[in-house]
Amino acid sequence: MLKIKNLHANVEGKEILKGINLEVNPGEVHAIMGPNGSGKSTLASVIAGNEDFEITEGTVELEEEELNEMAPEERAHQGVFLSFQYPVEIPGVTVTNFMKTAINETRKARGLEEMPANEMLKKIREKSELLEIDRKFLSRSLNEGFSGGEKKRNEIFQMAMLEPKLAILDETDSGLDIDALKIVANGVNRLKTKENATIVITHYQRLLDYIVPDHVHVLLNGKIVKSGGKELALELEEKGYDWIKQEVAV
Amino acid sequence: MDLKDKLLSSFMAFEDTVDVNLPVHEVRTEAIKNFEAQGFPTKKMESWKYTSLKGLLKSDLSVFPKKETTLEYKDVKKYFIHEIESYRIVLVDGVYSSQLSETSHDGIDVCLMSAALCKPKYRLIIENYFNKTAEADGLTSLNTAFSKEGAFINIPRGVVVDKPIQIIHFSTGIEPSLMLQPRSLVVAGENSHVQIIERHQSLTANATLTNSVTEIFANKRAIVDYYKIQNDGEAASLIDNTYISQQQNSHVSVHTFSLGGKLTRNNLQFFHKGEHLDSTLKGVTITDRKQHVDHSTLVHHAQPNCESHQDYKGIYADKSTGVFNGRIIVEKEAQKTNGFQQNNNILLDDTATINAKPQLEIFADDVKCSHGCTIGQLDDEAMFYLQARGIPEKEAKALLMFGFANNVLESVKIPQLKQRITKLIAQKLGVDLGFDL
Repeated sequence: MLKIKNLHANVEGKEILKGINLEVNPGEVHAIMGPNGSGKSTLASVIAGNEDFEITEGTVELEEEELNEMAPEERAHQGVFLSFQYPVEIPGVTVTNFMKTAINETRKARGLEEMPANEMLKKIREKSELLEIDRKFLSRSLNEGFSGGEKKRNEIFQMAMLEPKLAILDETDSGLDIDALKIVANGVNRLKTKENATIVITHYQRLLDYIVPDHVHVLLNGKIVKSGGKELALELEEKGYDWIKQEVAV
Repeated sequence: MDLKDKLLSSFMAFEDTVDVNLPVHEVRTEAIKNFEAQGFPTKKMESWKYTSLKGLLKSDLSVFPKKETTLEYKDVKKYFIHEIESYRIVLVDGVYSSQLSETSHDGIDVCLMSAALCKPKYRLIIENYFNKTAEADGLTSLNTAFSKEGAFINIPRGVVVDKPIQIIHFSTGIEPSLMLQPRSLVVAGENSHVQIIERHQSLTANATLTNSVTEIFANKRAIVDYYKIQNDGEAASLIDNTYISQQQNSHVSVHTFSLGGKLTRNNLQFFHKGEHLDSTLKGVTITDRKQHVDHSTLVHHAQPNCESHQDYKGIYADKSTGVFNGRIIVEKEAQKTNGFQQNNNILLDDTATINAKPQLEIFADDVKCSHGCTIGQLDDEAMFYLQARGIPEKEAKALLMFGFANNVLESVKIPQLKQRITKLIAQKLGVDLGFDL
């Protein structure tokens, strides 16, 4: 589904990604781990099309379609979803209006009619229940004054509404207490199908107890230096990243 | 002969069309002298520093339309908030259109200024209120001198008007360029409540310059909600002078939505004549091309324990320019005043300009006055966030702009009007967003 080949990317002239290769198939969950500053969030941003980053080499493909030159909204229309590490506050735009606009613009781009209002409401109700989101919350301004946990739950709610092919969860566990973490993880697990795929970017093993990955990759200094199964995450939790750094140095 | 001379010399011809024996004519003759002495404002005046009328005050402006035009309702229906029942006062090229209007004398007076100025039963009201709160600057004096037609609204004590009143001024382009001087008066009696929607609409590409004066009197505990839709054509310019006098415990709000027109100048002035009242001034301005919109507001706190709330949002694109000159005066007697002013601006292009000037003159020592003024751009991070959810750039921008203007839109109390304004804004931004605010 997702094929990343020899991806290099710069921000303000500084190279952050230095040749990433990654392949994600439908139905899989991949975890990308690594210390601060290793390029995890940059990778997420580059896949989603953030124009602050410049791809200098390599390609990102989703279902054989190259994403490199696509605007962020076009990537979203192709089925890419990024759950933001720091969701942006948008005053004056309610969660509901935002969601309606996002869904209908995506449908428009795919040549579909707007979603009928009753169907939209039903879907909103259903998905907000999945994330245990209070109704009142939906008429509040997007992310404005939301707690860290509410913001993250709201991100997964949006994911549930948009039903992406590829979801990238960027540090979704940061700022979550254990109860919120369980709700978020449960949401993500319930949304998993054989057709879609998830990339979980995280610092800690904790989230991976709840969202169990098929593959774990270690990102270090802009490169994937080690890949393995879910036991690799446990090993990292126990031993930290230093042993990998040493391994790489050797 | 320049426009000023032309206007001065046409005053005699104007006198042939009105009853010069009425007391109001003395007010007019006084006013024409005032105009003669002051003339039109220039950029040398502090309050006109950023707005020049030079290009508009051309001598070829016709000051009286020579012919009358009639309009069919079906052709102009879209300019009304037609989804609701309403009273209507419609003027076409400054002349009353009985066909398009729906006036009333049933418990309230919603009718014509020309009738109010000459009928004996309104004599007292005219004496008590006409030209009593308007300033005597050049433009207002000019309007007063030629005051003849406009809306006259008189709501007696205790009446809650059952439906909104719409005042619409059409210009049809019957003259290549036309100057209009509509004059309106609103008197809201004690404990009364009235909602008014006002619109100036040119129907052609011919130039129109409207110099409008509206006086609003809110007596004790009256509630007046006034909405101005300024979405005129590219060749239409408007100088809107609105003066409001409030008695104790009254609530007056004026919302101004400035989207269209070539040059728009709003002189909006509130005068406090009693305690425990509040004044609300809100506006959304969205301009592009070479449009110019100037909001000059004044809230004159002259009594203790009063509140004023100002909130103006401006979005400027292309080579358009905006001015916000928000003046609050708090007199020595006006202790416990609560004056709030907020003015936020977004410049979409490097070529757009905003001149923002909050002006607080406080002579009392126990007051709460705050003002905030910001000028910025759309937030890149927010744009990426919306786009990453599948919302294209243009729609994402529009959504952020709606969010930005939302505080003002939210306080529009007539749902159908709010919906219409939302649509007009979406049209202006070239988007079709499928939601209601």
